[in-house]
Amino acid sequence: MYPEVILAAEEQMNPLLPAWPEVIIGLLCFFIVFGLLGKKLLPSIENVLAERRDAIEGGMKRAEAAQEEAQALLEQYRGELAEARHEAARITEHAREQGAALIAEMREEGQRQRESIVAAGHAQIEADKKQATAALRQDVGSLASQLASRIVGESLEDHARQSGVIDRFLTELEAKAAASAGAK
Amino acid sequence: MGADFQLASEAGCHLNSGCGFPAPGLNEFDFKPIFTVGGVDFTKPMLLSIICAVLVVVFFWAAFAKPKILPGKLQLVGEIGYDFVKRSIVLETIGKKGEKYVPMLVSMFFFVWIMNIMSIIPFAQFPVMAKIAFPVGLAAVVWVTYMTLTFKKHGFVGGLKNLCWPSGIPGWVMFILVPIEFISNIFVRPFTLAVRAFANMFAGHLLIVVFSVASWYLLSPSIGALYGSVSFVVAVALTGFELLVQFLQAYIFVMLASSYIAGALEEAH
Repeated sequence: MYPEVILAAEEQMNPLLPAWPEVIIGLLCFFIVFGLLGKKLLPSIENVLAERRDAIEGGMKRAEAAQEEAQALLEQYRGELAEARHEAARITEHAREQGAALIAEMREEGQRQRESIVAAGHAQIEADKKQATAALRQDVGSLASQLASRIVGESLEDHARQSGVIDRFLTELEAKAAASAGAK
Repeated sequence: MGADFQLASEAGCHLNSGCGFPAPGLNEFDFKPIFTVGGVDFTKPMLLSIICAVLVVVFFWAAFAKPKILPGKLQLVGEIGYDFVKRSIVLETIGKKGEKYVPMLVSMFFFVWIMNIMSIIPFAQFPVMAKIAFPVGLAAVVWVTYMTLTFKKHGFVGGLKNLCWPSGIPGWVMFILVPIEFISNIFVRPFTLAVRAFANMFAGHLLIVVFSVASWYLLSPSIGALYGSVSFVVAVALTGFELLVQFLQAYIFVMLASSYIAGALEEAH
């Protein structure tokens, strides 16, 4: 019974012959799918994919730029720091030199002042000494002549001054003192 | 008649119960109409193809209608599928010029694939592409695209030359080669494109049916139960195998369509 049925079925259809209603339905289905996907869905996802690519690439580019900028800034800071150090060293050196010069100058000035003070002292002493010597000589002269006039009983004042006896006597005394000092 | 036979194969017919093996055949591909409009039968494959179209559209609608820069799970899956067809098939075969044909070929790939998958979906259990009308329709779309592009790009004479005049061949071979190329490119290519997809699905479906029917038929209180279980295991294994073939046939279909388009767009030689 079955072989006949199969034969009948084979007579009924040829699997290699398309049935037109199926072709039409199949094509219709395909074009509906194609239409919706091609017109709406795939373009929208393409846009998003492009946006995403942009976002990622843009983000990477931005990160790269930021890194470059940071690097440049770092270089700049390093440069500035080195320059500042250099500058500081230069200023310190300069200050040290200036300080040394100032000290030397002050020392020189002090020396000079000391010398001048010392010289002035010496001159003062010399002048005082001279003055004292002159005064002393005068006093001793007058005292001696007063003493002599009292002893002699007569005023020799004018005579003595005219003859220069006192002076001579004193000079002799000085010479004696100098001689004794020299002998010592 | 086919419908009666189908009923026979589904009835409680087992080994040793007095009926022969209800070998499945072409009857498996002949369906009782669900309804008839103006003498045209609306059958299960038609219904399935509509369901497939709806499934593809619904899936991509859900995945791509409101696309986000940071994709959700569904969008990610859709993107992977889309990217696979776009990059691994279309752009790989055609190159940068293929960008324009991506939507058509993506639609074709997923439509064909889901129609093939129907083979192993419970209750559907029929690969729509095993009805030759469906591959024929799609192959016709490919053929029309192929021819249109060839003649648009190269003009009538240039197009013919592109179709039949292979380059770098000594002149005397052309006598044989030109007719072969002509027939091959214009008639054989669309035919094989359709028949390859059809025959693979047809054979795969038939195999699964044979082993499924056999495991049911052999199920009886005898040694037949052992054979029946082996047959069942084979049916399961074949189902897994078919899953691969379904994908592969969709891939090959779209791949060949791409390569035809690539041939049409090739610079004149």
